[in-house]
Amino acid sequence: MHAPTPLPAAPLLRIERITKRFAAHTAVDGVSLDLAQGEIVCLLGPSGCGKSTLLRLVAGFEAPDAGTIRLDGADLTALPPHRRPVNMMFQSYALFPHMRVAANIGYGLKGLGLSRREAAERVAGLVKLVRLEGFEARKPDTLSGGQRQRVALARALAREPKILLLDEPLGALDRTLREETQGELRAIQRRLGTSFVVVTHDPEEAMALADRIGVMERGRLVQIGPARDLYERPASRFVAGLLGDVNLIEGRLGPAEPGGLRTVETALGPIRASGEGAAGAAVVVAVRPERLSLGAAAGLPGTLVEATFLGDRIRSRIAMADGSVLRASAALPAPGPVPAVGAAVTVAIPPDSARILPA
Amino acid sequence: MSPFARSALTLALAFLYAPILVLIVYSFNDSKLVTVWGGFSTRWYAILFADGPLLAAALVSLKVALLSAAIAGVLGTLAALALDRHGRFFGRGAYTGLLYAPMVMPEVITGLSLLLLFVGIGLDRGIATIVIAHATFATGFVAVVVGARLKSLDRSLEEAAADLGAAPLRVFLGITLPLIAPSVVAGFLLAFTLSLDDLVIASFVSGPGATTLPMRLYSQVRLGVNPEINAASTLMIALVGLVVLAASWLTARRGQGG
Repeated sequence: MHAPTPLPAAPLLRIERITKRFAAHTAVDGVSLDLAQGEIVCLLGPSGCGKSTLLRLVAGFEAPDAGTIRLDGADLTALPPHRRPVNMMFQSYALFPHMRVAANIGYGLKGLGLSRREAAERVAGLVKLVRLEGFEARKPDTLSGGQRQRVALARALAREPKILLLDEPLGALDRTLREETQGELRAIQRRLGTSFVVVTHDPEEAMALADRIGVMERGRLVQIGPARDLYERPASRFVAGLLGDVNLIEGRLGPAEPGGLRTVETALGPIRASGEGAAGAAVVVAVRPERLSLGAAAGLPGTLVEATFLGDRIRSRIAMADGSVLRASAALPAPGPVPAVGAAVTVAIPPDSARILPA
Repeated sequence: MSPFARSALTLALAFLYAPILVLIVYSFNDSKLVTVWGGFSTRWYAILFADGPLLAAALVSLKVALLSAAIAGVLGTLAALALDRHGRFFGRGAYTGLLYAPMVMPEVITGLSLLLLFVGIGLDRGIATIVIAHATFATGFVAVVVGARLKSLDRSLEEAAADLGAAPLRVFLGITLPLIAPSVVAGFLLAFTLSLDDLVIASFVSGPGATTLPMRLYSQVRLGVNPEINAASTLMIALVGLVVLAASWLTARRGQGG
């Protein structure tokens, strides 16, 4: 199931075929993943897909049933959490309620061999980095959600980890704060050059943060790559649907042809699309709503049943001849006049935007 | 609250506390006769504080209560940690049951079995045996109180500390213990009051020279109730009441940290 990805020459973190079972349930199933220096990888998937367990395996809170975790070539697999040069930012932030902000941030500095002054300077620098000046003497329960999030980030960065693990780092923040914080997180990451592994269930967040997105489904890493690759060339219906709205048209794959494009026989008629598979196999054609063009001369006939004006685009639903409904999304100003609801329209599917996926 | 509920509550509270109220009121009775009101006086308290054997018994009780509560506090906390932290291990249910059983065991049986044990191993009966006996049954209470707090403690706090390089001992001393401290103290105070007012178990396992306050009061009552007993009981009620209030205050403000 693994999509072939070119591996960086010397990965910072190398996870090899790691498996974790809880009783009969396999939470993480043979996952391999490489992380380069300074890279942000987002693990994306629905809850229960194993992404948080994978993060906890790297942090050392869970012991794997099989597989290894290497950092800079050194095997971490058997080390307890407090001996691993990685740090984690928890979903709940896990700030120590009985300690002030400065003590929380400085907690990890003990045992690093820093003098009192050096430790105080490091804490002051982190406080500045996350813009919490003046809050050093506050207790966590007197802070807002966004402030707590920043304390948690500063605390996790204090030991200057090679890799920072972030479990739903923005999950507890409201939408506007989240978008603002995404930018901040990226800026901090670029400045420090730390590698991030971010767990999230929010595709937009993954796309905003990640250099590469790893999609997990039922314990397996089903596809990994840059957001654009996953969006344009998903490996499965699951990945296609996870990263955004998609039209899925079922059909049967025609014979191989020169030039890469294939014909899929569907209830709507033959559709040209790109992808691979055995001739005669049951497949789906996946096409993003914004790739459909309406009103083209040569297209599939349909009836416009809904057109919603959304400011920057018009979202419409078209009932096709076989009774199925396709969703289209056109940027404004749309080329040509906007048809009225109930009007007959034609829908053209550009072959290079249509992907053939296993059914 | 409906009128019915209100009167039901009043009746229940009266049923529970009327006898104690009568005892407190009569401890300030000037008359020597317990059942006849002879005007307000604090003279029984003066007599009480001049009663050497009674004061000696009170001292024994305090010593026993402090020591047994300290032992039960440590053992109960450790037991609660073990049950909470090691997830499911073989015999977990049995261990839990065994820990809580002394709480519901009839005191006569606890007392008798401990007496047989002490005689069997040749341990001289005295303050030490009472301390051991009280620590035995109070440990379960402490484990319940501390266990409830541990259950609500966010495990990711300890994980975060370990993640930040703290070895297990530093995690326990710096994170876990401060956060469960109110419940440990509450458990200690509960054990303290349980020890302070135990008569049955102490009677079984005490020896010469080790008379606790409840034992002393009980033996005096058998010769006839006098207002001095009322005064002593009132003081005990005040002390236990204060300790219970402190314990519930500590339990209520748990989680806010220290």
